[in-house]
Amino acid sequence: MPALDSIATIAVAMLAGSLRVSTPFLFVSLGECLTEKSGRINLGNEGVLVLGAMVAYAVSFETGNPWVGVLAAAFAGMLLGGLHGVMCSLARVNDVAMGIAIMLAGTGIAFYFGKPYVQPSAPLLPGIPFGFWLESDRFRNALLVSPLFLLGVAAAFGLHWFLRTTRAGLRIRIVGDSQDAALALGLPIDRTRLLATACGSALAGIGGAFLSLCYPGSWNEGLSSGQGLMAVALVVFARWNPINCVYASLLFGAAGALGPSLQTVGFTWGYYLFYAAPYAVTLIVLIATSHGGRSLRGMPGQLSIGR
Amino acid sequence: MTSRSGLSRRTVVSTLGLGSFAASSLLPTAPAQAKDTTVGFIYVGPKDDYGYNQAHAEAAAVLKKMPGVKIVEEEKVPETDDVSKTMESMIKLDGASLLFPTSFGYFDPYMLKMAAKYKDVQFRHCGGLWTKDKHPMNTGSYFGYIGMGQYLNGIAAAYATKTKKIGFIAAKPIPQVLINVNSFALGAKSVDPSITTTVIFTGEWSMPVKEAEASNSLADQGIDVITCHVDGPKVIMETAERRGIFACGYHADQHKLAPKGYLTGAEWNWITVYKQFIADAQAGKAPGNFVRGGLAEGFVKMSAYGPGLSAAGRKNVDAVKAEIMKGGFSVFKGPLKDNKGNMVVPAGKALPETAVELESLSYLVEGVKGSTS
Repeated sequence: MPALDSIATIAVAMLAGSLRVSTPFLFVSLGECLTEKSGRINLGNEGVLVLGAMVAYAVSFETGNPWVGVLAAAFAGMLLGGLHGVMCSLARVNDVAMGIAIMLAGTGIAFYFGKPYVQPSAPLLPGIPFGFWLESDRFRNALLVSPLFLLGVAAAFGLHWFLRTTRAGLRIRIVGDSQDAALALGLPIDRTRLLATACGSALAGIGGAFLSLCYPGSWNEGLSSGQGLMAVALVVFARWNPINCVYASLLFGAAGALGPSLQTVGFTWGYYLFYAAPYAVTLIVLIATSHGGRSLRGMPGQLSIGR
Repeated sequence: MTSRSGLSRRTVVSTLGLGSFAASSLLPTAPAQAKDTTVGFIYVGPKDDYGYNQAHAEAAAVLKKMPGVKIVEEEKVPETDDVSKTMESMIKLDGASLLFPTSFGYFDPYMLKMAAKYKDVQFRHCGGLWTKDKHPMNTGSYFGYIGMGQYLNGIAAAYATKTKKIGFIAAKPIPQVLINVNSFALGAKSVDPSITTTVIFTGEWSMPVKEAEASNSLADQGIDVITCHVDGPKVIMETAERRGIFACGYHADQHKLAPKGYLTGAEWNWITVYKQFIADAQAGKAPGNFVRGGLAEGFVKMSAYGPGLSAAGRKNVDAVKAEIMKGGFSVFKGPLKDNKGNMVVPAGKALPETAVELESLSYLVEGVKGSTS
């Protein structure tokens, strides 16, 4: 029985963890997916994530309304992403290098203006108690789902539909896949990419809002610890497909919950190894799904890493 | 992320500064008084993290108001060669004659190398194990025996727990962390021997998402009191409060973060140490090389009790605290077994907090669920 109980505990922890931890990954990877579909990389989304977290927390604290904080985070992300978009549309600007600059700028701005908000407690976004009918506190807490998570899943399906079936989505894909075709069709390449980058970063900003307003639900400088960058890698993992971004984020969230929950049930061997689980999973899946010759299936043709 | 970005402001300034060192020394400099003692504080994290760094920075803030003392600070300095550069620029550019690198990983090799290079600067490291003959005389270490505070936390936890299961979220399995885990567990067991303590190691000093996950995992397992040893306990205290379980603080006063569940907490009181060091420096003598103290010496203090702690619990904590204040109290008393069944302190032997054996402690005592590797 104890063994069965332990397995149940780990399963619940991984389920809960995937619902709790995945949301920032989801939003950043969706934003990055949109940006990369237009043929541009935005590594700055790590900075946008941190800035979004700070802005959301600060605005929630000042206005008393966390939803205003979420909107402000999206807006801040849009501004920073817009800056990236404008800079990259200049001649001979490398989007990877610019992205790193944006990342440092975003974290720097967030740390500078975020200092006075480390100590106060801002109102957080309440979760939706899907487990209200359950007896066990453990399950009830696991099913306390943040509205932002649901919004993220909806956004993933929305984005998928948008890219696949709408005229604007088609244009973004043309711009991202073949600059020559876009030129021949007379599509505004720079403007399309600017909009895709700004909107992508707005999504990443919402991911930041989740970190500070939902889970772990407080603002401090170590909050992101590189999740924005991991989410950029997730897009490759998800093969530039928004629906896959949902699965990939859930998997990363669950893998992240594995380490702590194994230790609570008394499985204490090699916890450093289990903390590396998300990265190991990425490696395994990438190796398993790559084919000789066309290793990066689904990659937009104009991405600077592919050219 | 940013902490890894090689170029800190100080690096740039020091590189430029060293180049024009000869020139700048001829120019009239800031009107510093000849007798001002410049003291440098180096923190591994932000100064307002509700934790380890804040405890030091609060003391530094008090020192700033003292006459004849100039304080220079740098926060978020990684435990890499960056700290050497920070120390060097504090010495060369700010004229610091007394340095306090406060993070564990600064000691060896970074601080020791700098101490060999700048022999007339005094280095005092927080937490390191300074050994006479082995380390230079212009270095030293100071630390507080906060384990007693965790022992009192454990007693408070024992009165609050209903499930007889309590939890500890720890960063890394180093001796000072393990002393705290063991003391917390032994404190609880002194009230009720059936209480078990589950420990989770996060592997890093500051990982908010992982710390929140660990708090939730513990709460899911029916653990109803938690404490921690990480750099910034903010997220842990807040998560505990949200889960409706109790928490004992660490490093600094965190009762604001968990108004309902905060029982009490073990806090640093560094100002005692720093005042002594600076008084020594101003008097022209070298500060102590191996400075240690606990509750009785005023290096450590306890938070005010929270509403979750019963009158009986308060009475017991007060009584044990009074006993500790007399001096000579031992948390580690034989016969004591580790959680693998080995006898670690034989019967009849007691290790007071000053015992050198404790500074290389590597086991978890009986009643702790977890492993150091």
